[in-house]
Amino acid sequence: MSNKKQHILEHPMDDLLRMDRIPHIWCPGCGLGSDVAAFADGLKRAEVDFDKVAVVSGIGCTGRVAGYIKLDSYHTTHGRAIPFATGLKLANRDLTVVVFSGDGDLFAIGGNHLIHAARRNLDINVICVNNFIYGMTGGQNAPTTPLGAYSSTAPFGNYEAPFNLVGITAAAGANYVARWTTVQARRLSQSIATAAKKKGFCFIEVVSPCATVFARKNKGGTGLDLMKEFRNRTVIDHKADPTQIPLTMDDEIVCGEFVNREDPTFWENVQNGIKDQVEKNADWEKIQSEKNKRLYKKTLKYEGSRDIG
Amino acid sequence: MDKLRVKISGYGGQGIILSSYIVGKAVSIYDGKSATMTQAYGPEARGGACSSQVVIDKGQVDYPLVDSAEVLVALSQEGYDKFFHILNKGGVLFYDKDLVTELKDHTDVVEKAIPATRIAENMGKKIVANIVMLGYVTAQTKFVTPKAMEAAIRGSVPQKYVDLNIKAFTTGYKYKKE
Amino acid sequence: MIKKSKLRGEFFMQGDIACAEGAIAAGCRFFGGYPITPASEIAERMAYRLPLVDGAFIQYEDEIASMAGIIGASWAGAKPMTATSGPGISLMNENIGLGMMMETPCVVINVQRGSPSTGLPTSWGQADMMQARWGSHGDYGSISLSPNSPQEFFDLTIVAFNYAEKYRLPVFVVTDAVVGHMTEKVVIPPVEELDIIDRKYTNKKPADYRPYDPDDDLIPPFAKAGDGYRYHSTGLTHDERGYPVMSEECQRRCAKRLVDKIKKNADDIIITEEHDIEDADVVVVSYGISSRTVIPAMEKAKEKGVKVGFLRLVTVWPFPEKQIRELSKQIKGFVVVELNLGQVVLEVERCAAKHAETKLVGHPGGGMHKMDDIVNAILEVANEQ
Repeated sequence: MSNKKQHILEHPMDDLLRMDRIPHIWCPGCGLGSDVAAFADGLKRAEVDFDKVAVVSGIGCTGRVAGYIKLDSYHTTHGRAIPFATGLKLANRDLTVVVFSGDGDLFAIGGNHLIHAARRNLDINVICVNNFIYGMTGGQNAPTTPLGAYSSTAPFGNYEAPFNLVGITAAAGANYVARWTTVQARRLSQSIATAAKKKGFCFIEVVSPCATVFARKNKGGTGLDLMKEFRNRTVIDHKADPTQIPLTMDDEIVCGEFVNREDPTFWENVQNGIKDQVEKNADWEKIQSEKNKRLYKKTLKYEGSRDIG
Repeated sequence: MDKLRVKISGYGGQGIILSSYIVGKAVSIYDGKSATMTQAYGPEARGGACSSQVVIDKGQVDYPLVDSAEVLVALSQEGYDKFFHILNKGGVLFYDKDLVTELKDHTDVVEKAIPATRIAENMGKKIVANIVMLGYVTAQTKFVTPKAMEAAIRGSVPQKYVDLNIKAFTTGYKYKKE
Repeated sequence: MIKKSKLRGEFFMQGDIACAEGAIAAGCRFFGGYPITPASEIAERMAYRLPLVDGAFIQYEDEIASMAGIIGASWAGAKPMTATSGPGISLMNENIGLGMMMETPCVVINVQRGSPSTGLPTSWGQADMMQARWGSHGDYGSISLSPNSPQEFFDLTIVAFNYAEKYRLPVFVVTDAVVGHMTEKVVIPPVEELDIIDRKYTNKKPADYRPYDPDDDLIPPFAKAGDGYRYHSTGLTHDERGYPVMSEECQRRCAKRLVDKIKKNADDIIITEEHDIEDADVVVVSYGISSRTVIPAMEKAKEKGVKVGFLRLVTVWPFPEKQIRELSKQIKGFVVVELNLGQVVLEVERCAAKHAETKLVGHPGGGMHKMDDIVNAILEVANEQ
């Protein structure tokens, strides 16, 4: 027993995990543990300063990631991780800001924020764990649930066409778009490292097994069975058009780095746009104040001022 | 008079809001009294009839809105039609005599007319009609000093049009009934 | 450090613009917002001003994002603000709760318009007062300031930032379309004459730091992202480490402190303005733009021989319970003047219940109280047996 504990303490991810919060709440067979490991590994590969990395999550199973990662980490409201991360990044441009959340959080309740952040090409990274279902709340339909799949709110099979996450994000203007499954852990962590170093909006979809609800409702077996299935169905094709590779119940899962471009980021555009104006108006406050200075009499009773103690 | 309410009305593009702004600034910043300026917002402020108002007070302005006025400045027929009813008994009506042609039968208000737009056109810029009108209003009412008005105009119009505007103001100020 | 920066002098300035200038003076360097009448001028001014002082402005896709965004910016150490009107506040309320739970300093401006729903976009009301107090779900202490002039909009925006920084929560400035859109003289004093409070940062080492471990004033010292503390913050019920703990005991500690930190500091927070209250028989209670109709009505009532005083709530929340309770023992009754059909009057009634009458002079908004209605209400209360 004590040997085992010793072993855990020496785990290579220790410095990036909150070991005082382990064991985590995720189910046996869940892909999130591997996804988090790939994230930690990716950050190490990227050799970024961990003190300058912030992780923001929304709500849901993946939303809990922020709680286990030993970085500045924020567990926000459902769907709002991206606008929160936007504020964090714009107020401190030195930070590497990573949003780690689920498909329901990022594409249903938070879908609008995602496409607008991609449109602005904000310099943040979004890792979206796609397990095709709402796990935390008990297996309800997600915007990613494949046609025909069962969920607790689609008892006769899902009749809504799902989103193709990489297609949407690429079309909305992201600088980097990739898709992997939990099985390709090494490629995933390499992608995470690439994103950590890359400017602009980077999006990584991680197709991940949910053994407890998705597999159970769709006779998919255990988490391990789902992983095997993912491995068998995966085709790696970096040249694939991201808008043409939706995920279904049985077809190929096309993975790869589909978009890798260098468009200017939101903040770069802001800087370019305002540069001249800022220089021209550098003394704006002074000029405006000079104009009105002679009017300001020190003896004038300042009616609005209050002693607030 | 301790308190005076001025309503300025016309149509979009005549500088109705700027007129109130200048009056308010002159009174509160340069004359040492209090003034509150408000204006119409929303779809009604985009083109068509346009209005703004200033409440002037020796002390603090308490109620900032204008339901009834001592002074109405009308730069268009529509502006006159829409607001003449808020003018108090004994109030003063200023209007552009070329643009407001159909007057109601007033027995209890003082009417003062000036061809402000024509004067401005003769000066080469129709756009300063409002300033001509403000000059006339300043001369006739004495609720604001011409010095303060001049200062407010200087600080409120683009630098290259200051001279023109001051000239427009002076012309209106000196205007005598034809 | 943030460069001290602001205008100075006497300006003939619109309320919304005065608010933006107040924010700049207070050190606000992040604004996230979404256009809405009658608050858009604040965003427009911030879009112009922030680049000049090395701040960041973003027009978000909606108000939900705006509120989440200013919370994020605050955790990066910025003093952030958003500005909206009733419909926007309704959208923001979930994340206002997040701001309360994470104890995030930020300022939310509500320029109230006619309501409910889309209501009267270009007109005014004061019907969001209870929303300001109770808008997000759950128990939390809350601060709302209510300016009645552009000058006060400038001043109280600074106070709002000070309270937000000092007590670590989203602070509301709840004004209305009249104040937002009116133009009056605004005196901006030299920067040295302003009291600016910045949040209390921890002086502990990262290994010893617990993000929700409060000092004696019930406020936990802050650490911002990127400073090496590597802490966790969550909207879940959490312990002093910021870790989620799903227990009754933790819930009690967590929620109770959010209420207590405002309750126990209420005397420091509450600002009221008194007129002729000492020997009054009737006291008018009002706030924001309504309060400007009260003064002439008071004068009129005095002419009719009534001893009438006026208590203006500069902070509406926390409610000045103590003051109202004490006053209620000395007077016949209160007249509450507000541009809604009865909100803050409920608080006055609650505190005065045993001792004094309370009479509402309400108004659904879109216009103003008739002065005579206020005078008559004063006379009625004064003449009651």
